[in-house]
Amino acid sequence: MKITRKDFLRLSGLGLLAVAGKKAVRAITEAAPSASTPKKTKQWGMVIDLAKCRQEAGCTDCIKACNTAHNIPQIADPAREIKWIWNQPFETVFPLLKTDYTKQAYTGHPITVLCNHCANPPCVRVCPTQATWKRDEDGIVMMDWHRCIGCRYCMAACPYGSRSFNWQDPRLAIASFNPDFPTRTKGVVEKCNFCEERLARGKRPACVEACPEKTIVFGDLLDPDSEPRQLLRTRFSLQREPELGTSPSVYYLV
Amino acid sequence: MFMFEKAIEGGRRYWVWVLFLAGIILAGFLCYLRQLTQGLAITGLSRDVTWGLYIAQFTFFVGVAASAVMVVLPYYLHDYKQFGRITILGEFLAVGAVTMCMLFIFVDMGQPTRVLNVMRYPTPWSLMFWDMISLSGYLVLNALISLVMLSSERQGVSPPKWIRPIIILSIPWAVSIHTVTAFLYSGLPGRTFWMSAVLAPRFLASAFAAGPALLILLCLVLRKVAGFDAGREAIHQLGIIVTYAMVVNVFLVAMEFFTAFYSRIPEHLEHFRYVFLGLDGNYHLAPWMWLSALLALAALALLLVPKWRNNPRLLPVACVCVFVSLWLDKGLGLIVGGFTPSPFGAITTYTPTWPEATIALGVWAIGALIITVLYKIALSVREAH
Repeated sequence: MKITRKDFLRLSGLGLLAVAGKKAVRAITEAAPSASTPKKTKQWGMVIDLAKCRQEAGCTDCIKACNTAHNIPQIADPAREIKWIWNQPFETVFPLLKTDYTKQAYTGHPITVLCNHCANPPCVRVCPTQATWKRDEDGIVMMDWHRCIGCRYCMAACPYGSRSFNWQDPRLAIASFNPDFPTRTKGVVEKCNFCEERLARGKRPACVEACPEKTIVFGDLLDPDSEPRQLLRTRFSLQREPELGTSPSVYYLV
Repeated sequence: MFMFEKAIEGGRRYWVWVLFLAGIILAGFLCYLRQLTQGLAITGLSRDVTWGLYIAQFTFFVGVAASAVMVVLPYYLHDYKQFGRITILGEFLAVGAVTMCMLFIFVDMGQPTRVLNVMRYPTPWSLMFWDMISLSGYLVLNALISLVMLSSERQGVSPPKWIRPIIILSIPWAVSIHTVTAFLYSGLPGRTFWMSAVLAPRFLASAFAAGPALLILLCLVLRKVAGFDAGREAIHQLGIIVTYAMVVNVFLVAMEFFTAFYSRIPEHLEHFRYVFLGLDGNYHLAPWMWLSALLALAALALLLVPKWRNNPRLLPVACVCVFVSLWLDKGLGLIVGGFTPSPFGAITTYTPTWPEATIALGVWAIGALIITVLYKIALSVREAH
């Protein structure tokens, strides 16, 4: 059989298409590649003990510590706020736990919420520029504020409302400026980074250190002997909307 | 350039219209400059409702663009000669609509100067990457096909053979652009309003109703202002396409209603209640959606009765009903409804601001200008023969 030049080009074109198609299908079905790589050795996580937290007594030390550490602007309009860690009423954080007659022990109580640094983060899956990604070595969901195009797809994808967008220039609203941490520009998304910059220097996250009651316990969820894992073995805990398959790394002890 | 000399010869009415559009474009541009300096804070968007008018308009016009396939397919694949005069209009409409889509995405970006990052860091697991590929590919396909067909018509020769496979490719490509656009929404955990397997089919059905309805209206306008006759039979057939597509669309919306209201799962139901009935005393969106529903029913009545559909006075009324109804549904309710209530159950009302609406209007005007110029070229080439 003789192969003409035309046939050859046609065949090689088809071959290339098939390879590209296979790659595309794999990319979509496996979603973000980091989710499937086996080399993951660490997953930072948090356990928040609701019995210890004194937020109803007006304590917001963890929030304040985060705000100053990360140059978070204080914007009065709640629709435009930037929040990395903040309080929400219990029933809005765990809507599925609502029951008809039983008085929930925590109904109305403020619950501290932040980015869950999911093991399977939808925000990472949807980002068109990989400006948000899951770091292989420690499972932190990272953000590159220089690459983000501000499309806000990650905000639509996050089922926890953990992401904030800079609707305006945030630098005008920073109360006390911390020169050790970058400020952001208008038009990019930001969120909690698990104090990646402090972890790199061997310190614990600012909120963990700031809590007078040691409410928040931080550690490696993949290490069975870590502090959070020991707590999770002995106490009943909740994750936010685990049914979505995101595997949040923030647990609440009740 | 290539046939564009036709666009700069026109009567008084043509230039008044072009200048009118240019004025709106200028107003939109000035508002955009303000958005560029002050950020998206000039819009009505918020933490909870992060996408609004811009993205909703993008979604709607992807449908208008995809609907070109409703004239391309019968004409090229089934050799349906009656569409010979209007196929080029459908393709040019797609060119204008896709350009609008791209502009709507662009004006929604927080950092527009970085938008090419989507190409610098290609990310195949993000649907937005595929949306960019499918939209830009569709623009190239339609621009190429329509210009090649038109220039061979001008020279009085049959079109080159190589264009045929490209035309065939443009048919599934049209379906793909709206499917991918639906996938942008329907694959997000926690956004139950969008997480529906019928979202993509519904998008296609509403597109194939709204697009041809607009094409009918454009043909009727062209008859008035340019003496162009699309042909009775062609308009009649387009009317039938609109009818079928609208019936399927309303049927699919009814499916959504049934699953939400009969299952009564709160997190699913609440979005529908907010959008169509109002939730916790919040009736912000509901009147508009009622208007959309009423217009849809009126359109169905006018379209389903053959006597009314074939009435040249009633058909445009039906088309306006279809277009406005679907514009409200897809260009307003669908996006805002997906975000409200928020993951924390909060209801944040979203109202587009004046600058935001002016920017959107400016993009509309750019689309209208593109379509005007392209139609002018197409009709001038036709007249010369």
